[in-house]
Amino acid sequence: MTVELEVAGGWLTVCPLSALVPGRGVAVLLPDGSQAAVFLDRAGRPYAIGNQDPFTGAHVLSRGLVGRAQGRPFVASPLLKQRFDLESGRCLDDEEVAVRTYRVRTAPAP
Amino acid sequence: MTVPEPLPAIVLIGHGMVGQRYLEALAERGATATHRITVLCEEPRPAYDRVHLTSYFSGRTPEDLSLTPAGFMERHGIELRLDDPAEHVDTAARTVTARSGRVVPYDVLVLATGSHPFVPPVPGRDAPGCFVYRTIEDLLAIEEYAKTRSSGAVVGGGLLGLEAAGALQGLGLATRVVEFAPRLMPAQVDEGGGAALLRTIESMGLTVHTGVGTQEVLTGQDGSVCGMSLSDGSTVETGLVVFSAGVRPRDQLARAAGLAVGERGGITVDARCRTSDPRVYAIGECAQAVDGRVYGLVAPGYEMAETAAEDLLGREKEFTGADLSTKLKLLGVDVASFGDAHGTAEGSLDVVWSDSRSGVYKKLVVSPEGVLLGGVLVGDADAYGLLRPLTGSVPPVAPERLVLPAGAGAPVALGPSSLPDTAVICSCHNVTKKAVTACATLAEVKKCTKAGTGCGSCLKVIGQLLPAAAGQGLCGCFPYTRAELYEIVRTRRLASYRDILDGHGSEEARGGDGCEVCKPAVGSIIASLAPALGASGYVLDGEQAALQDTNDHFLANLQRNGSYSVVPRVPGGEITPDKLIVIGEVARDFGLYTKITGGQRIDLFGARVDQLPRIWARLVDAGFESGHAYGKALRTVKSCVGQTWCRYGVQDSVRMAIDLELRYRGLRAPHKLKSAVSGCARECAEAQSKDFGVIATASGWNLYVGGNGGAVPRHADLLAQDLSDAELVRLVDRFLMFYIRTADRLERTSTWLERLEGGLDHLRDVVVHDSLGLCDELEALMADHVAHYRDEWAETLSDPERLRRFVSFVNAPGAPDPTVRFVPERDQVKPDLAVLTVGGAAR
Ligand SMILES: Cc1cc2nc3c(=O)[nH]c(=O)nc-3n(C[C@H](O)[C@H](O)[C@H](O)COP(=O)(O)OP(=O)(O)OC[C@H]3O[C@@H](n4cnc5c(N)ncnc54)[C@H](O)[C@@H]3O)c2cc1C
Ligand code: SF4
Ligand code: FES
Repeated sequence: MTVELEVAGGWLTVCPLSALVPGRGVAVLLPDGSQAAVFLDRAGRPYAIGNQDPFTGAHVLSRGLVGRAQGRPFVASPLLKQRFDLESGRCLDDEEVAVRTYRVRTAPAP
Repeated sequence: MTVPEPLPAIVLIGHGMVGQRYLEALAERGATATHRITVLCEEPRPAYDRVHLTSYFSGRTPEDLSLTPAGFMERHGIELRLDDPAEHVDTAARTVTARSGRVVPYDVLVLATGSHPFVPPVPGRDAPGCFVYRTIEDLLAIEEYAKTRSSGAVVGGGLLGLEAAGALQGLGLATRVVEFAPRLMPAQVDEGGGAALLRTIESMGLTVHTGVGTQEVLTGQDGSVCGMSLSDGSTVETGLVVFSAGVRPRDQLARAAGLAVGERGGITVDARCRTSDPRVYAIGECAQAVDGRVYGLVAPGYEMAETAAEDLLGREKEFTGADLSTKLKLLGVDVASFGDAHGTAEGSLDVVWSDSRSGVYKKLVVSPEGVLLGGVLVGDADAYGLLRPLTGSVPPVAPERLVLPAGAGAPVALGPSSLPDTAVICSCHNVTKKAVTACATLAEVKKCTKAGTGCGSCLKVIGQLLPAAAGQGLCGCFPYTRAELYEIVRTRRLASYRDILDGHGSEEARGGDGCEVCKPAVGSIIASLAPALGASGYVLDGEQAALQDTNDHFLANLQRNGSYSVVPRVPGGEITPDKLIVIGEVARDFGLYTKITGGQRIDLFGARVDQLPRIWARLVDAGFESGHAYGKALRTVKSCVGQTWCRYGVQDSVRMAIDLELRYRGLRAPHKLKSAVSGCARECAEAQSKDFGVIATASGWNLYVGGNGGAVPRHADLLAQDLSDAELVRLVDRFLMFYIRTADRLERTSTWLERLEGGLDHLRDVVVHDSLGLCDELEALMADHVAHYRDEWAETLSDPERLRRFVSFVNAPGAPDPTVRFVPERDQVKPDLAVLTVGGAAR
């Protein structure tokens, strides 16, 4: 199985599913030079959001710890620990802030 | 002059689990002070946890299994004679003769001789390569012999046989089980349960023969085991045979002494555990209880021990029988049976759920009036903790709702709150729900009722019964404090975050992903207990990798622009010119910013994730190790130059600092730890601002603890004075392990010490005077840590799999992260924060 991310040009294959550890993320370099953070939760569901932490500007969200609160998956930024909902991109600790999300899916390896 | 009356003499024969419990029961009741007690012990070691014997193969040492608290015998004036079994009892003369020839007179004799494994009388059963499975010595012998063989067989597919089979498989042997009955675990499970068990066990790679007997153990030319012939006419090859065909009470001593024994063996006792001679008691597996049963389980044995102790003091307590509930972790399969599991009561009805695809089988036995009588659970014994206490009452929901899997239309709405107050929650210590709910915390439950301190299978329900007061637990996922979780992990030997979360997390958190608060805390608990749990100490193995903060995950410190800093260990701050040069060269070649830290080390800043392995390859090559600057672990032990160079110095502070730093390197703790050693009272190393600080005196070392720099500075307290080198190390061992065990998440030693009830005096009682009897355990844990320490970076570099994570981008492993950039400042680099100004974020 591979993990695919939807970008402007269509579905982009980013890595084999086995490269993801449940509960951890990886960073992906997108064709336009921007970065996404892709995660796997414990149930094996993939999520993708922007990799840049809006509070510090550093591209580090992929390195945060994944958790679940009120049934929703989130990642906590490794820098100052703000949490971001992995489905909506909303920051759970500051209503005004959000990061972008990407559609992501797993597909059989070609 | 008056001659003091001699104290009445108690002789205990057999120092097994029940024997030890008896001694503790006497001690708790003050009877050790009023009696002279002698224990004759056949084995070469004091009592140990036989129930968890098999965990020896998953890394527990015989010392870990010990059940005898250090100093217990001395404290209570008990004479323990190891390796000296009783050979003869003379009830008329009231003496016991031991193998050593010693004759010990008694006023009260207690037999706790346990049982011995039954070996069916098949030819060849004594050949080299045949074993039984009962003592630590048996395990050591099996382990040694297994090294020379590639296959093994277990005769007997009962509870112990399967446990032994799991152990053989774990030793790398192709393993088969031969069971005479038509199903596995015939005594505990019924046909349906046996079938579910069989499928699961076969899927684990074991070969199972049911309904066949062993006819002969075949031997090769050298006389050792090479195979077996079975009653179905077949012959199988095997290099080793373990007999596990049941146990027989060891009643020979009693028989020879003329005491009454049961028809099928077992020393006959009354409800007060007295034999046919009222001066002689028999307890545990060697006894046949008043209900005519010989109990092969530890909980009834413990109750008999209490009964005999009460009776000795003239108090009333009776043991009239116990239920045979068991919950087992066999080869990773959950199996539990309780109450009338076979439905022998008149008119009883079964409710059965069976899913052979997933190996799950659940059966409840109920009376026509709906009273729960017993049950069998295979493959998913989660409900055991609740169902056992419900036995004997009408469950608050229909029985079928108790066995259907969650999500199959009928969710189990039953929580522990629905249990009656009289329900027994902890069967090891006979503690009711009422007694549990009278306590506020797990620690209190354990202290006041002992519940949860035996087999641990009740901990989960206890956790659910305790108030999950907000702010009390670690986080939303766990109703426990860190210290309580530590105890759960330790006593239940859980090395998997998932098991801990699913088994002990709050209702909502189970099955979920946890959170950023409890994951690192649990990761740290597992890391600090790893050797004792038989888990990998490498913090990034398997699931543990997902628990670590980014620092621990990349074994480096994350800095504000997403780059990392690297800090090699420089023990005691002492470094050679050659090593200094290597650090300089590495920094120059990778363009890193260098700074001497407050802890006498050199920090290298500005490394990208993908550079870390190459940087560390050079450092490791030059003899450097990880300084754990990233972890909640020991950071540095600073030192002054001490006696070697300084004209005031009275001890070699550098040597001591290096020794301490090397001893505690890699030790995971609730908070980072710092230390220092000064060579005299002038205190140039600032030892009194450290978690533990050492200051030399003319006659040794003074140890200070609980100091703190940082935002809330605190001067350390003097714990002990004028210690020798060895005494100092021993005290620090105890102090650190006691802190790790009882502190909260992110609680520094200073706040911990201030929170500790009784403060410094209490701490001193515990670690210096051993008031809790914990010190041996604390020292053993530290010894484990020291023995298992391996440098994390050397380990990482040696494994290409582990190195694969050190890339900036999963889809472009070679590409550096373009946003990690630097600009010059004072002849070095600093982060280019301009490139980080937030672009697309909706701020
Ligand atoms: C591998 C294994 C797993 C088990 N798992 C479980 C479980 O999950 N749950 C459960 O409830 N039970 C379990 N048991 C059973 C449990 O260990 C016993 O019920 C318990 O140990 C009985 O305690 P005891 O003191 O009566 O006997 P033991 O613990 O056997 O102690 C008897 C001691 O007496 C000594 N002795 C015998 N004769 C003499 C003599 N003449 N002089 C001096 N000393 C003598 C023996 O050497 C022995 O050390 C297990 C047992 C084994 C072997
Ligand atoms: S603490 Fe004492 S021994 Fe150490 S450098 Fe200072 S004066 Fe010298
Ligand atoms: S049931 Fe064994 S400790 Fe409670």
